[in-house]
Amino acid sequence: MKDLIIPWDDRDMGTPAKTGAPVTLRIDGFEVTVPEGTSVMRAAAEAGISVPKLCASDNLEAFGSCRLCVVEIEGRRGTPASCTTPVAPGMVVHTQSDKLRKLRRGVMELYISDHPLDCLTCAANGDCELQDMAGAVGLRDVRYTAPAGGQMANHFTARDTSGAANPQWRAKDESNPYFTYDPAKCIVCNRCVRACEEVQGTFALTIEGRGFDSRVSAGAGGDDFLSSDCVSCGACVQACPTATLQEKSVIELGTPTRSVVTTCAYCGVGCSFKAELNGDQLVRMVPWKHGKANRGHSCVKGRFAYGYATHRDRILNPMIRERITDPWREVSWDEAIGFAAQRLRAIQARHGQKSIGVITSSRCTNEETFLVQKLARAVFGNNNTDTCARVCHSPTGYGLSQTFGTSAGTQDFDSVEAADVVMVIGANPTDGHPVFASRLKRRLRAGARLIVVDPRRIDLVKSAHVAAAHHLALRPGTNVAVVTAMAHVIVTEGLMDEAFIRARCDWDEFLTYAEFVADPRHSPEVTEALTGVPAADLRAAARAFATGGNGAIYYGLGVTEHSQGSTTVMAIANLAMLTGNIGRPGVGVNPLRGQNNVQGSCDMGSFPHELPGYRHVKLPQVREIFERAWGVTIDPEPGLRIPNMLDAAVDGTFKGLYCQGEDILQSDPDTKHVAAGLAAMDCVIVHDLFLNETSNYAHVFLPGSTFLEKDGTFTNAERRINRVRRVMAPRQGFADWEITQMLANAMGAGWAYDHPAQIMAEIAATTPTFAGVSYDLLDRLGSIQWPCDDTAPEGTPMMHVDGFVRGKGRFIVTEYVATDEKTGPRFPLLLTTGRILSQYNVGAQTRRTENVVWHDQDLLEIHPHDAEVRGVKDGDWVRLASRSGETTLRAQITDRVSPGVVYTTFHHPDTQANVITTDYSDWATNCPEYKVTAVQVSPSNGPSDWQVDYAAQADRARRVLPAAE
Amino acid sequence: MSPEKMVHMANQIAIFFKTQPGDDAADRVAAHLRDFWEPRMRQQLRDHVAQGGAGLDDLVVQAARSI
Repeated sequence: MKDLIIPWDDRDMGTPAKTGAPVTLRIDGFEVTVPEGTSVMRAAAEAGISVPKLCASDNLEAFGSCRLCVVEIEGRRGTPASCTTPVAPGMVVHTQSDKLRKLRRGVMELYISDHPLDCLTCAANGDCELQDMAGAVGLRDVRYTAPAGGQMANHFTARDTSGAANPQWRAKDESNPYFTYDPAKCIVCNRCVRACEEVQGTFALTIEGRGFDSRVSAGAGGDDFLSSDCVSCGACVQACPTATLQEKSVIELGTPTRSVVTTCAYCGVGCSFKAELNGDQLVRMVPWKHGKANRGHSCVKGRFAYGYATHRDRILNPMIRERITDPWREVSWDEAIGFAAQRLRAIQARHGQKSIGVITSSRCTNEETFLVQKLARAVFGNNNTDTCARVCHSPTGYGLSQTFGTSAGTQDFDSVEAADVVMVIGANPTDGHPVFASRLKRRLRAGARLIVVDPRRIDLVKSAHVAAAHHLALRPGTNVAVVTAMAHVIVTEGLMDEAFIRARCDWDEFLTYAEFVADPRHSPEVTEALTGVPAADLRAAARAFATGGNGAIYYGLGVTEHSQGSTTVMAIANLAMLTGNIGRPGVGVNPLRGQNNVQGSCDMGSFPHELPGYRHVKLPQVREIFERAWGVTIDPEPGLRIPNMLDAAVDGTFKGLYCQGEDILQSDPDTKHVAAGLAAMDCVIVHDLFLNETSNYAHVFLPGSTFLEKDGTFTNAERRINRVRRVMAPRQGFADWEITQMLANAMGAGWAYDHPAQIMAEIAATTPTFAGVSYDLLDRLGSIQWPCDDTAPEGTPMMHVDGFVRGKGRFIVTEYVATDEKTGPRFPLLLTTGRILSQYNVGAQTRRTENVVWHDQDLLEIHPHDAEVRGVKDGDWVRLASRSGETTLRAQITDRVSPGVVYTTFHHPDTQANVITTDYSDWATNCPEYKVTAVQVSPSNGPSDWQVDYAAQADRARRVLPAAE
Repeated sequence: MSPEKMVHMANQIAIFFKTQPGDDAADRVAAHLRDFWEPRMRQQLRDHVAQGGAGLDDLVVQAARSI
């Protein structure tokens, strides 16, 4: 295995880059030209000269506290700090002189006099800036020692020289599962506090006390890191120049010696990380500063929650069984693949070509997804391929392709830095997309205004130094009414951007649309009765969005997972066109994708109606491209979507499923129906890291590989194709694309891919938006945003700049239609669902990490009024019932939810929130209506009968026979 | 798929296209069904229409002729 050396400079330049007119100065005799506003420190670094520093870091604003970076500037008095001194034309700077050396040594001597000299046994040994600087300034002696007999305290010994307890000493805080805080090693440089503020935006850390008493403190007095507001993003750990804030993995495993740049496999932000290792032992994941999605930041999941890769639950051998009531039997890969292939072919022989299908994974790579849909189309001979995007962002695909002509977000994440008014609708970025949320919060702190449209008071509505100007707390299910009412205000008050509409959109369609929205039935005063949003608030928000400068819309599953999910996406697109907020930085329509490769799995033709690149299977010219490349005939009819597969299974016409890296039994709605569908099949193949819930109904289990164990690409919510690089060998023997290839070949495919780069070459050759993409180009550029072709050889950060992909932007009439899921006497409350920062999706990965300390069970959020009338107290077990089913979980009483609305997460299989959700779905795409379920809540003594039965069945289904001798 | 579920899904599609301008709603419902409903789902819909189409929106019944 070879290390991947990326030709990028990872040096810390000391202070952030600036943009401005060029300024030329001389530093140590070298002429250097930098943008106006650049610090002398950074200018020196640009010239290759490192000025000693401790409190400066190029991801933080200069602070000027350590006094190590002092320089001399001709014509100026004294020795200014180079980090806080901006360059000036003709400036002559000296970074080295006897005077400077003496000053720096003096500063270092004071630092070291209050720092333990246990370097050889320190976790930061070899990775310590204090150590480096002591060397750089030539510190040879420390004259200051505590006098005998006590009285003079330092911060690092538990007792003073008299043997008395040292009041300045504090014990190490090991409360966070991933890192420690050792106050004895702190030099109070403030980098952690500034990182928590500037980079993460949580403001959990502060400096308490003054002068010699100054200490880094998490939260208020009495808090430790775990009980504070700290979200464990790791920014402080990364910022710390010493071992004060240190990863526990480094303490345990030693400092890493090699690193590989790869892409996080959690959410759709797609952060770039350096996987740092010793041999094939992963020591830590560090956000990569050149990653264009995350710009050097991370969250608790990507930074720390990778332990699932080596968790004892991971299955490393293939397994089969005749019936799902049998225990599993470990077999060789050949036997497992042969068994699966034979069963699938037998099903087709008996029940027809269309009786089997696949589910591609939004957690796997583009290349793997491409192969799985190719398996369906070229080997099974049908279009029965779908992906978990069905249950999250399929309405985005439909809605945006109808209005703009492309099934993807319009901007890159950098764009948020130019936004003036940001509307977040049906998304909870601080939990679901935390690194984007940090970038958004930074912009909000700089003055951008925020509109939140959400039934729940999400953290963004009010948190440290961020507050929403408008929070429209609508009733679940009324998105279309709210967004259309905003358009009503904009049109009737004449706030639309007519020049943009005339130039860029179909004017006749606009006139029809304008007449539609102007109707008084869409006015906020009329819709207030059904949405619950006060008309004045809605009018104010609409005016703010239309007139506040660059308007950007970010949305999530709170938009799509409704009966009118596709209609809401169109309404959002209408709003962006109406206000001219398309085609430049700071604006746009930005779907926040759930899983790491939801965008990619959709791009790769996972949907049953379209081939890679969003081209319908009915189009002969598109089929011809793939028929020629693959030497097969492609079915011109759309295949079954996931819910349709399950319906067909219950009907007896769909009998076999290859499910890669998804857990439909836990993640899909109406669990009982999913279980019935799976139980009706003759061959369910689960390809996953763990025996997930779906595998309880499987006949074949193919162990999967983690993102650390394979090469490939993920495509994030910005259409950014990022490389995933193999940092260690697959523990179960094969990368997932190899396993799919083995299955295909056992069914007669004759595929011969040796490396995912060959699969990408096939994608590029068949899919116009990927025409220019190759692994060579990805290695050269770091990442590429599609479309990438002859006209955009390095990709497309922003879409629809000069015109929409479909030509003229299309306004679509968006009539509000109430969902049929209605509250009534039996089910008077509305349940809506979401996720939490520390857990990811069904939790299969994060539940197998220390992240459970933050969230070890799903809780039901209920408003105090609703709780009181039901006799429910905080922490009580409650029964949650809908017309689909019932479960029990503990209640959390909070006014984050409005009266009449309850909320929970779906991360834990023993709660199974989806036994409650119904089979209603989006009219256009069948995306389930997770976000609206009529329920009743009542006190309970413990798990429901269903939960007990489910747990027993799951235990039985997971038995594995001991391996044969 | 249960007939109730199929009827519900088909009617949802009809309700959307009914709100759209123009007089080609039936054609657009049919096009949507052809584009997104797998043949056996369309067959079930046609069979249901042939048996009287209980519960179906008129627009779906019209559209079902050309799916």
